[in-house]
Amino acid sequence: MDTKNAGSHSDRRGFFKKALTMVITGVLAVVPLSAGLLVLLDPWRRRATAGGAVKVTSLAALPDDGVPRKFPVLANRTDAWNKYTNVPVGAVYLRRTGEKVQALNVACPHAGCFVDFSPEKGDFLCPCHNSSFTVDGKVANASSPSPRSLDGLEVEVRPDGGVWVVFQNFQAGRPDRVPLA
Amino acid sequence: MKAMLEWLEQRTGLRTLVRETFYTPIPGGPRWRYVWGSTVLFSLAVQFITGLFLWTSYSPSAQTAWESVHFIQHEMTGGWLLRGLHHFNAQALPLLLVLHLLQVVLDGAYRAPREVNFWCGVILLQLVIGFSITGWLLTWDQKGFWATRVATNIMGIVPVIGGDLQRILIGGGVYGHHTLTRFFALHAGVLPGTTLVVLGLRTWLFCRHGWAAGDRQARATVAYWPDQALRDVVACLAVLAAVLFVILRPGLAGGNGELGAELRAPADPSEPYSAARPEWFFLFLFQFLKYFPAGREIWGAIVIPSVIMGAVFLMPYIARSKAGQRFNVGLLCVLLLGAATLTLLAKREDSGNLHYQLAVKNADRDGARVRVLAESPTGIPEAGAVTLLRQDPYTQGPKLFAKHCATCHRFGGTDGLGGMVKEPQSAADLQGFGSPEWLAGLLNPERISTTNYFGGGKARDGKMAKFVKKDVAKYTPEQKENLKLVIAALSGEAHFKSRAAADFRNVEGLKKGADLLKNEMRCTDCHRFHNKDEDATAPDLTGYASRDCLVRLLQNPAHPDFYGEHNDRMPAFGDKGILTPAEIGLLADWLRGEWYEPSTVAKGN
Repeated sequence: MDTKNAGSHSDRRGFFKKALTMVITGVLAVVPLSAGLLVLLDPWRRRATAGGAVKVTSLAALPDDGVPRKFPVLANRTDAWNKYTNVPVGAVYLRRTGEKVQALNVACPHAGCFVDFSPEKGDFLCPCHNSSFTVDGKVANASSPSPRSLDGLEVEVRPDGGVWVVFQNFQAGRPDRVPLA
Repeated sequence: MKAMLEWLEQRTGLRTLVRETFYTPIPGGPRWRYVWGSTVLFSLAVQFITGLFLWTSYSPSAQTAWESVHFIQHEMTGGWLLRGLHHFNAQALPLLLVLHLLQVVLDGAYRAPREVNFWCGVILLQLVIGFSITGWLLTWDQKGFWATRVATNIMGIVPVIGGDLQRILIGGGVYGHHTLTRFFALHAGVLPGTTLVVLGLRTWLFCRHGWAAGDRQARATVAYWPDQALRDVVACLAVLAAVLFVILRPGLAGGNGELGAELRAPADPSEPYSAARPEWFFLFLFQFLKYFPAGREIWGAIVIPSVIMGAVFLMPYIARSKAGQRFNVGLLCVLLLGAATLTLLAKREDSGNLHYQLAVKNADRDGARVRVLAESPTGIPEAGAVTLLRQDPYTQGPKLFAKHCATCHRFGGTDGLGGMVKEPQSAADLQGFGSPEWLAGLLNPERISTTNYFGGGKARDGKMAKFVKKDVAKYTPEQKENLKLVIAALSGEAHFKSRAAADFRNVEGLKKGADLLKNEMRCTDCHRFHNKDEDATAPDLTGYASRDCLVRLLQNPAHPDFYGEHNDRMPAFGDKGILTPAEIGLLADWLRGEWYEPSTVAKGN
């Protein structure tokens, strides 16, 4: 069959065949790809509901000296298919001055490393990129790469002396605080 | 844009390559029977795509493999579709490959210089079998676990090196974490890599030799694009439609079955799996192995298949003569017919095998049950989902009953698992034990002496039977009404969760019934009921059929609170160490119909 000598009728047939082949090829590609993308994008849809306050320690365990101390935060956690009860989900620095307690997330807002508190110097220093923070969590100097102060957390001292914290992580690397769910 | 394409063309020659591929001349023109090669390629592409995405959510270890697959299947958006595509398309692949090879042989398209093309196809078939065997295990469910044990043990019978090979493959002597990591490395690394190499070689050879002429006399040639291409994609669409149909079938025509590939209960080496069967395209080999007696399996599993594969490899040479070509076609027909016959035989044997069908039913039950438990508020513990079934009365109760109780007792006429029992029934049917319906049967003069109650043992002629048959039989209508109150009160002693609401509404009735039980009905002449009576000769009715009562009864039925010296044959399951305390608890909960249900209301008897 020599298409050059064929009329416009067979041209149209040829075009129809080509178009149909391409459409079917599209369908063949879309089905497995879309099933895969749905699964890949599943975490985007799946957001954890914000946890409530959890008891971190009691006031008696927290000396009234304004020095930050590190405490693990235990809470219930769902990790994909596993459900855990009362496991460490992070850590906080608690600092007591009088009856007031301040809670700071230990993660550096720059890139999320665990910041150290140095009692000798009396400030926080991030071991990764040298972000430094004052004892109350503020960015210590202009050369500090952190875009914001350490993330303060809601804290409540209950009548029985229990120190309760609403534990939250925030997106690193930006000047405003965006909670991670 | 044009300049960029030109740049690319000069550097890579891509446009020429694409043109050459699309306008390859097909001697004799397009044919529907040429589509199989393209369907194989399409099927492989689907496996690569879906497999890669599954990889993003799969976790190969003995405590997470089943769990992550469960999560993909039942929790992740579109997971059932993705897994269904991967699972069922995998089953289409060997079929399409065999059809492709068959077409190549029929057309004689494997003759020189295309021998290597043909070998690539045969190697691809081996690779696909390898994908299947390694893929089954990855879900780490009962089906995959037991199928893999069979497959690797067959490997173990290879002389001299078999044992060592098996040990290396499964990562030690027992199946566990390393079996999964190794099989996953094979399934998602080694085999796909090898497949790509073979496909590359096959494509290169195709470019070199061009389209084989099926029709040798035909002089006219027509380009691949678009006539053959259209046929190819239509065939691929048919394959995809067939796979989608199988995935969606349980939901079609108003059905509400599970969509996609099945997931059986998590692998448990201590739980039998009598429903073990390979995938349908391996059934013929499974059936074939049955004909080889002990010590000769190697012939059926390794020697004969290897000889056949060897013959298939040599086919391009055999086909040099006309007789050789006929021999090849004949051999393939015999092989396919043989495989079909063996598959049918295997299917027929199973359809007549009640034991197998019951095993499939119980496997389905366990599979459905573990899903319910995994989706419960407590979810899957760190130790993995296998513990969910081990601690579940609904799952373990019937198994324990069938093993320890069913030689004498029955449960709804069966051994608890739905099977029949050889031994004649010689003790009560315990389905609904302690419920008002069950008690009403016991106190029915016509039914107490049936084997479903006291008919089978020493109690047949005991005081209770006499009382029911003589006294209860003569009850006036008023007394019969009272008996109903007594039954309600006695059933209330069991504290069934399913009856808690009804009992709470009927406090007055229960009180009245308890009063009748103690006085007018004369039950306490022999039984104790919320009192201390050293002279009681019959079982204590305090808390009758409650969990505590059943646990203590199973501990030792000859205890004075129960049958005492009148105990017939029932063993002291706890005291003799026949059952562990955990097992007794599971049995008691199951008999009482109490286990986790999604509605949080315990299911009644």
